Amino acid sequence: MTDPVVQVAGLRYRYPDGTLALDGVDFRLEKGETVAVLGPNGSGKSTFVLHLNGLLQGEGTVSVCGMRIGHETLTPVRRKVGLVFQDPDEQLFMPSVLEDVAFGLLNSGLKPEEALPKARHFLRLVGMDHAGEKAPYHLSGGEKQRVAIAGVLAMQPEILVLDEPTTFLDPPGQRDLLALLRSLPQAMIVVTHNTLFAESLAARAVFFERGKIVGEGTPRELLDCFNWSLPGPSRGQPPPAAGSSGQSRL
Amino acid sequence: MHHVVLERWSRGTSIIHRRDPRAKIIALVAFLAAVATTPDSCAPFRLPAYAALPLAAILAARLPLGGVAARAAVVLPFCGVFVVFSLVAGETQRAAALLEKSYLSALAALAVAATTPVARFLAGLEALGAPRFLLWVIQFLHRYLFVTSEQAQHMRQAAASRGAGGGFRFRSWRLRAASSAIAVLFARSYRRAEATYRAMLSRGFQGRIQLLYELSPDWGDALLVVLGIAVSIGLRVAMVLPA
Repeated sequence: MTDPVVQVAGLRYRYPDGTLALDGVDFRLEKGETVAVLGPNGSGKSTFVLHLNGLLQGEGTVSVCGMRIGHETLTPVRRKVGLVFQDPDEQLFMPSVLEDVAFGLLNSGLKPEEALPKARHFLRLVGMDHAGEKAPYHLSGGEKQRVAIAGVLAMQPEILVLDEPTTFLDPPGQRDLLALLRSLPQAMIVVTHNTLFAESLAARAVFFERGKIVGEGTPRELLDCFNWSLPGPSRGQPPPAAGSSGQSRL
Repeated sequence: MHHVVLERWSRGTSIIHRRDPRAKIIALVAFLAAVATTPDSCAPFRLPAYAALPLAAILAARLPLGGVAARAAVVLPFCGVFVVFSLVAGETQRAAALLEKSYLSALAALAVAATTPVARFLAGLEALGAPRFLLWVIQFLHRYLFVTSEQAQHMRQAAASRGAGGGFRFRSWRLRAASSAIAVLFARSYRRAEATYRAMLSRGFQGRIQLLYELSPDWGDALLVVLGIAVSIGLRVAMVLPA
């Protein structure tokens, strides 16, 4: 077995208000693998992914491509891990689309004449090359999400982390995003409530509850085990039993 | 919204759009200084001659003259208060000067803003020594003003759908609802600011926003500076010459 690209051991994190968000998380991601992160709201999923490029630093260890995350490794780790946030408006902060995609490239030391063609290339990759000069607020939700992904891909990360990437997308937009993500070679961690999306994209999933990973398996196994799917179309059927947790753990 | 229209105008390719932002800023400052120091006695008939400079820039930039002129009028309500005070005090010439100077200044500032994309404008200010922190504030304000105003619009619609609004009569609960909405908008903006900063850090931000388009002044920019200063001084001197 090769070394994992992400290895997390005993990760604990408590927010300044005292809330224990992560309570001993162990996790590993292999090269080229896609893992879906499932779980109820407030279970620690987003807090977990913020640790993967050092935006939050808790107790325990987080290693990326063999580098343990610490103050001195933040810059190389952030080049390895591309983080796409839930709300693309939070990620698109530059005045134009092209400038936003080039933001990370310029930060990594490229000169403008080197960054510009690369930014254009990654915009073309996500099908947004026509929008380079537009201001982000002129884009639809799906277009913003594509540009946000282009901005992260432009840094050529080895690991792509997406936090609720389908939130602002309609079904055709979700389908396009799925096709795009499937075409990428990077290892991926996808936090999502979208069960269909998780099943279509990831071969493996983990289930968070109260700051811990309480289940691991294929997305379908976890969805069944934790009663995480919607009921069928019949209005006569009884709703699923109260409480999200399954009786058995995988 | 004004800044959306300005954004569209600023993406033009005219000879004025292509000028280095520093040249435009220097010419603008010279113009504003000339207008501001002109004696009030030049109002109301001589002062409008200053309009020649911003109007020439607007026409050369192929901007819609009516649209720019109308948008420059947004400054009038702000100076209107002082105009009213002057009129009440019997200083009609001072009131006219205030009105004309404010409008001319707004017209010139708008001519620069409508021909310079925000990123280049801020880069020009930074190159001229403006504090970087202040420039970031302006950049993010410009970027998120639209997002925040959209949120405010949604909140207003949500309130209306639950029976709020209708009529102009004052109600204390309306004031409470409005103040709560402002508080919520502030809290959301604060949370968004934190999230945006995280997004910046995750893409390698280390304290300085790099510019994609480097500033490279040429002879046209030098000419603009010289012309801007010379015409401003010329008009300023002409203002106080005896008729």
